[in-house]
Amino acid sequence: MASSGHGSGRQEAADRRLRLIAGHLHPRIAASECKAEAAESDPVRAKTVPKRRQEVMKWNGWGYSDSRFLFNKKGQAEFTGRRYRLGGLIFPSLKDWFESTFGANLQHKSPPTAALNSSAITPPNLNEPFLQDLKSMGIPHSLEAEDRVFRAHGHCLHEIFALREGRFGRLPDMVVWPNCHDDVVKIVELACQHNACLIPYGGGTSVSSALECPPDEMRSIVSLDTSQMNHILWIDEKNLTAHVEAGIVGQELERLLNESGFCTGHEPDSMEFSTLGGWVATRASGMKKNIYGNIEDLVVHIKMVTPRGVVEKSCQVPRMSTGPDIHHFIMGSEGTLGVVTEVTLKIRPLPEYQKYGSVVFPNFEQGVACLREVAKQRCAPASIRLMDNAQFQFGHALKPQVSSIFTSFLDGLKKFYITKFKGFDTHRLCVATLLFEGDREKVLQHEKQVYDIAAKFGGLAAGEDNGQRGYMLTFVIAYLRDLGMDYYVIGESFETSVPWDRVLDLCRNVKERITRECKERGVQFPPMSTCRVTQTYDAGACVYFYFAFNYRGLADPVHVYEQVEHAAREEILANGGSLSHHHGDTGR
Amino acid sequence: MLSRREDFRDILEERRTSSDLSHALKSFTRVSSRASPPCSVSTLNKTVLESQHLHYIMQEVSKDTGEPLEAIREEAAGILEEMSQNLQLGYIRFLGFILSKVFKRLFRKINVNEEGLQRLQQAMQESPVVLMPNHRSYVDFLVLSYLLFTYDLSIPVIAAGIPLMGMQLIGEILRRSGAFFIRRSIGTDKLYWAVLSEYVKTILRKDFAPVEFYVEGLRSRTLKSLPPKLGMMHMVLEPFFKGEVYDISLVPISISYDRVVEESLLAYEILGVPKPKETTMGLLKARKVMDEDYGNMHVCFGHPLSVRDLAKGKVNRKQYNLIPRDLPMKPSESIHAFANTTAHLVLRLQQDNMVLSPWSLMATILMQNLGGINLKLLTKQTVWLKWLVLDFGALVDWPVQVADSEVMSSGLSLHHSVVRCEGDQVLLAEQKPQRGAAPEEAVFRRAVAVLMCASYRNQALHVLASPAMLSVALSLAAASSRADIYNLYAFLREMFYNEFIFIPDRTGQDFEEACSLLQKCGTVQIINQNIMVTDKGLSVTSFLTAAVEPFIDAYQVIFRYICSRSVQEFTEKQFISGIRTFTLNLILTGEVKSYDVLSSETQKNALASLVRLNALTKKKREEQTYFSPNKAAIGRTADILGKKNSKIMCRLGRNSSCCVTEAPVMPVEQDSPAPITFIS
Repeated sequence: MASSGHGSGRQEAADRRLRLIAGHLHPRIAASECKAEAAESDPVRAKTVPKRRQEVMKWNGWGYSDSRFLFNKKGQAEFTGRRYRLGGLIFPSLKDWFESTFGANLQHKSPPTAALNSSAITPPNLNEPFLQDLKSMGIPHSLEAEDRVFRAHGHCLHEIFALREGRFGRLPDMVVWPNCHDDVVKIVELACQHNACLIPYGGGTSVSSALECPPDEMRSIVSLDTSQMNHILWIDEKNLTAHVEAGIVGQELERLLNESGFCTGHEPDSMEFSTLGGWVATRASGMKKNIYGNIEDLVVHIKMVTPRGVVEKSCQVPRMSTGPDIHHFIMGSEGTLGVVTEVTLKIRPLPEYQKYGSVVFPNFEQGVACLREVAKQRCAPASIRLMDNAQFQFGHALKPQVSSIFTSFLDGLKKFYITKFKGFDTHRLCVATLLFEGDREKVLQHEKQVYDIAAKFGGLAAGEDNGQRGYMLTFVIAYLRDLGMDYYVIGESFETSVPWDRVLDLCRNVKERITRECKERGVQFPPMSTCRVTQTYDAGACVYFYFAFNYRGLADPVHVYEQVEHAAREEILANGGSLSHHHGDTGR
Repeated sequence: MLSRREDFRDILEERRTSSDLSHALKSFTRVSSRASPPCSVSTLNKTVLESQHLHYIMQEVSKDTGEPLEAIREEAAGILEEMSQNLQLGYIRFLGFILSKVFKRLFRKINVNEEGLQRLQQAMQESPVVLMPNHRSYVDFLVLSYLLFTYDLSIPVIAAGIPLMGMQLIGEILRRSGAFFIRRSIGTDKLYWAVLSEYVKTILRKDFAPVEFYVEGLRSRTLKSLPPKLGMMHMVLEPFFKGEVYDISLVPISISYDRVVEESLLAYEILGVPKPKETTMGLLKARKVMDEDYGNMHVCFGHPLSVRDLAKGKVNRKQYNLIPRDLPMKPSESIHAFANTTAHLVLRLQQDNMVLSPWSLMATILMQNLGGINLKLLTKQTVWLKWLVLDFGALVDWPVQVADSEVMSSGLSLHHSVVRCEGDQVLLAEQKPQRGAAPEEAVFRRAVAVLMCASYRNQALHVLASPAMLSVALSLAAASSRADIYNLYAFLREMFYNEFIFIPDRTGQDFEEACSLLQKCGTVQIINQNIMVTDKGLSVTSFLTAAVEPFIDAYQVIFRYICSRSVQEFTEKQFISGIRTFTLNLILTGEVKSYDVLSSETQKNALASLVRLNALTKKKREEQTYFSPNKAAIGRTADILGKKNSKIMCRLGRNSSCCVTEAPVMPVEQDSPAPITFIS
């Protein structure tokens, strides 16, 4: 033991050191103007996300109100609206696939309750002093039933199922729309002062029940909607960073950056609706992470408002080693620690060239071996995904009606070549979809390298169309879920992170477990249980599962669903996988 | 008469009426769980040699021995070559043809439960299957392949002892019929273990074929189940634990013989005369064996056990997550316990589906009347025993619509090698010693005759074991309190753990079962936490006690021997030769009447029990295992067992006995003295 004199000296040194390190976290004192107020008058910028979201988006399903799948009078699947490239297209093989995969029948419909009945909703439990102070500050808010219902849920199966049946649990009592960071600071202070409960709300795409209001919460619950905080505050072209408000949705961020010749390259499947703040709060992962990285690689700086003050670093630097990185407490906290208000992100110049591609493998085993090799050689394209046979069939069913006879003839030829000439079994083959990005020349070179590796594992190049359609699947899957729910089919996706050597075993066992659990729980028709290896890393991969079944004859389908999903997760853990790779799932 | 659930069908019936050749050449389509076609034998072997696991071990061995990796790899390839099967349908057909001929000659019937085969077929479609038959005869070895071939099911690969391989020609035929060969004493040969386990696991992972192995490890010379060997058990379970397969089905299979082909050798082997080396010439000489009648064989395929279901809540598979799966890893406590329990469970299920012959029941009675018994009495008691074991849930092959006396005489004549009739008396067929031979010689000959008969008693012993333990406990207990009796039962169960195969951690359940069996047949009454033998039940408990008496006596002799020795430690070899001389003397003086104590199996089991009870300490030194006794502990054990001679204490009052209806009462000849006598 050192003497006490020494001890206090050391104590001082330690305190000094701690002060220094903590200095990095001192809030900046800088007044910034609210961009949102200025933007109100700007007619050029159409808002993607209005305050009254229900005016453009479904209150009991996924996405835009005008965009949905339906079976038309001829029994053909059709996608409505004009927002998407798919709008107005017919999908001739979707019906057969749907009926044969799920044992579903177009005659057996399970439509949702038609409209939101505001009178059925319990009036808000208001915190009057909070409301009064809020009003005096001029921060927009709403007590309307429709606004509250819209923000009472994410997109978990049980949440959507309940909405379709017109069942509502505990709702937020009011919604507030801060216009900027300072508004958030004020709101959080007020909530602390008046003992109100705040739930940050970004895109509302959560699949981890993070938006669910605790039914036993006695305090007034305030949903803090960040949608009006949607500005790029500045772009730093020298350091290639952008400082952005956290409420901006992915597609808007990308569009605005593209206008300046940049991109973030962060493209989670939900990017149409999910927000920057949400990505940070849930540790999101993007499709093109191989080039751009996951959110933790992209973030340079975070500003978060907590009940104890604002947390942020005092500099915008690529790396620090003064103790644990405060960002890693924030990322994955799912809104439990505070409200993320502003984020500095890395940006990149827009890529010159983009090319889709696909490879057919005789079986899933060969495909996984190929992806492993690609990861080993660290030459993964922007995105590389391997769909199993069932998912390949699924993707195939989403082929839009072709206009020219020639294309379909060509398709026939391709199929003939692959199945008859190369001897692939259509019930075993699987497809890898690829997306290359960068300089044209480098892309072509890269493409060759990847196809050469694929060839070693029996892979055959299968064209750009197949690749592009594969990616389309991930954007429309949520719309498809709504279609399924119209016909007694419920389903959901979940994902995991797993070491390379366990990928195959995990995929097989989890799919098998789902099938057997469904049977045991009285599901009449074998479920769809399919997976894809959706991301590759040095030490492992991310595997994404789709699981859906026909629930006719079941008394409590959601409960059955949850039991099966629970079993599937148990199986994942037993096979060396993680609870989640990017969906969060802290609530499970 | 088979009163329980299984329906059997004689497969030889069809063979006797139609061509064996067309049977051998019939079309054969294999059923399997995988959509993909099975890989070839060479691909299988290549996969094994190139496996990461083997690679790790080879590197380790190379480091340990200093030999170059290349040499180790060659050694591994050599081991694999010696080991691997070369299953070919053509040889199965060839063998099928021969076996049709042989089986028809040896057996009257081969009865199979077809329902079990249907369940097996179902299981094969769902997951890799492990066939786990009991092992009583060399005939076991191919009968399953023959059956599966007949019923169009996947032909198994079979773990066989390496001596079989040594037989010229036959070894190769067996190999091509799916046998793979394992050395007897692998010991600590790391490389050999690695090749073997990787081989077995690869077969399961690839679902190449069902794996067949004997969980008892050896052919049982006593015709009683042997304590399980866990090496192979671990190997077949691991692919499930590590998630390499979704599930594995374990199928217990019970093969029962009316008469075992190698019966004459059994007694010699357990008396320590080594078994003849397997040679092709030996097999040819054994042809005279072919002229004998061996009665019926029953093969009963049990319900497939899903390892996944068994492991639910018992094994946390996550324990494999933190170490690369290919790295060698010592099984954890929970894994070891699970393998052990599962192996015991399989043995128990094998026992449950054994089909008892009338003869094994006769042998059980005969063993309590070694001096000979009147045929009429034997008949009466055998029939009584039949009802008792049926009550206990056994399967008995007692012909219907045949007079009991005929069943008896048929059994007696089939087993002319064990018993003979002298007028009305039934006696053991004992070879008279040559004139002028030493008295030890006479004892030896007597022992051969008794142990041969004992083997057939052993076929039925598993049905009686647990109720017998309870009966002994009842006779040992000072009072009738349930707790006391339970403690004694638990003690006895531990004591005879290896002798009668009990499932670990099921003492309570087994006790309840034994109580309810005895209660059901009116032997005991349970009132207010007291267990009491009824008046009528006394004959049952006495009979059951007498059935296990030879073992209790044998153990007592062994305890006495160990306590009498002055040495601090001994090897198993020293013990076995010492105990033999010791016992021989006691038998010569007439002090001991149990011949089971001469059985090397019983001797080994007793040693193992003492080790389990911490009355013996086992130490390994210089490749030798030494035992050092804790004489005080052994003495205490002997004391508890010794109390049994005191008469059964607890009886019901006269009034309460009337509530017991139809309790089986041991038939007693009117004018003869009580037939049940304690042997000692």
